[in-house]
Amino acid sequence: MTPLPYRVTAKRRETPDTWTLDLEPVSEPIATPRPGQFTMLYAFGRGEIPISVSGLPGDGAPLRHTIRAVGNVSEALCDLAPGDGLGVRGPFGTCWGLDGAEGRDVVIMAGGIGLAPLRPAIEHVLVHRDSYGRFAVLVGCRTPGDLLYAGQLESWRGRFDVEVEVTVDSADPGWHGDVGVVTSLLPRIPVDPDNIAVMMCGPEVMMRFGARAMVERGVAEVDIEVSTERNMKCAIGHCGHCQLGPKFICADGPVFPLSQVGPLLAVRSL
Amino acid sequence: MVARRRSIGDLLAGHPFFADLPDRDLELIAGCGRNEVFRPGQLLFREGDPADWFYVIRRGRIALGIGVPGREDLIIDTLGPGEVLGWSWLFPPHVWTMDARALDTVHAIALDGVCLRGKCDEDPVLGYSLARRFAGILSDRLAATRLRLLDVYRAQSRG
Repeated sequence: MTPLPYRVTAKRRETPDTWTLDLEPVSEPIATPRPGQFTMLYAFGRGEIPISVSGLPGDGAPLRHTIRAVGNVSEALCDLAPGDGLGVRGPFGTCWGLDGAEGRDVVIMAGGIGLAPLRPAIEHVLVHRDSYGRFAVLVGCRTPGDLLYAGQLESWRGRFDVEVEVTVDSADPGWHGDVGVVTSLLPRIPVDPDNIAVMMCGPEVMMRFGARAMVERGVAEVDIEVSTERNMKCAIGHCGHCQLGPKFICADGPVFPLSQVGPLLAVRSL
Repeated sequence: MVARRRSIGDLLAGHPFFADLPDRDLELIAGCGRNEVFRPGQLLFREGDPADWFYVIRRGRIALGIGVPGREDLIIDTLGPGEVLGWSWLFPPHVWTMDARALDTVHAIALDGVCLRGKCDEDPVLGYSLARRFAGILSDRLAATRLRLLDVYRAQSRG
């Protein structure tokens, strides 16, 4: 599991502390990730951290990662410039159940940086739009300035076959969108509990509230997927850093049906 | 074919807040209501104003804001179709605790709180039914406020 050398080809600032890096392999690429998976990004001389894939490579598109600078390694990665090198291991972990969701309505709920691992899933549904029923994307973040992929959200919203709703926790008067918690968007979308797949990623508290609201509307826990996060190190289920009860997030997750991890997420010490 | 103009009672009956309310109660409530249209940017009320009305939103969105000294007002919530704006009419001292401004063209039914309080005092069954509905709104918004107090999107230091 040696990191493969990659190079930054482009860099975009998403929010004041969050950047998206486009990467290309220097020689051999990693296997193509699936939506929801993550890689280990290695900033030379600083360390390695797990980062969700926010854009799948292929058809001329680069491998993309969206990184929030919140620590030593993530700051080093966000400081990289086009042309700089880094190491990539992976892809790792489970993916969103997009195959199982075919034929059903899909609801995606993202909070903050949680939109990053869901973006490949959104793009997949949009590319294979005929394979799915109604499609809704619900996004929450702290302020309008903290909204990821604002341009892309606008273009998705411009389509007639997806409902995109965005809300922020607070805003200045220049914001004409919604203000409130992301769960407040749920009553706007029709929910057929027998024919729905829900995918959630964001702060754990947000996912708990969001999942509870969906369960109250009759959605089975097995039809709600959540992407969990713990302190992942080895990424192959050996070191135990990311253990959540009997699960290793890096190998058994990060995407789980709520039926598997719901009770574990409610345990305070885990 | 001429479209029939819908009465306030009809409009209230179709609003989720009044779902399952008996016709007689709807009629009583409708007697305190009138249709209102607010232009984009129009102020519905300001913090400190007497809270004599509340609003059943039919179309459009309303921003609730609070003035913050030394900076622009802060929008802390938005409400839209199917929601109800205002409970200060129900509790003394009947004064608005924030500003409300139309974000786009808003169609609402304004209900006279003084008129409705009188009817609730005369008819405790109606009063209880309405109080329960407003308690539901208060409960939902309290839960949402608690969630936001956690500031869950704040960056946490890590790797």
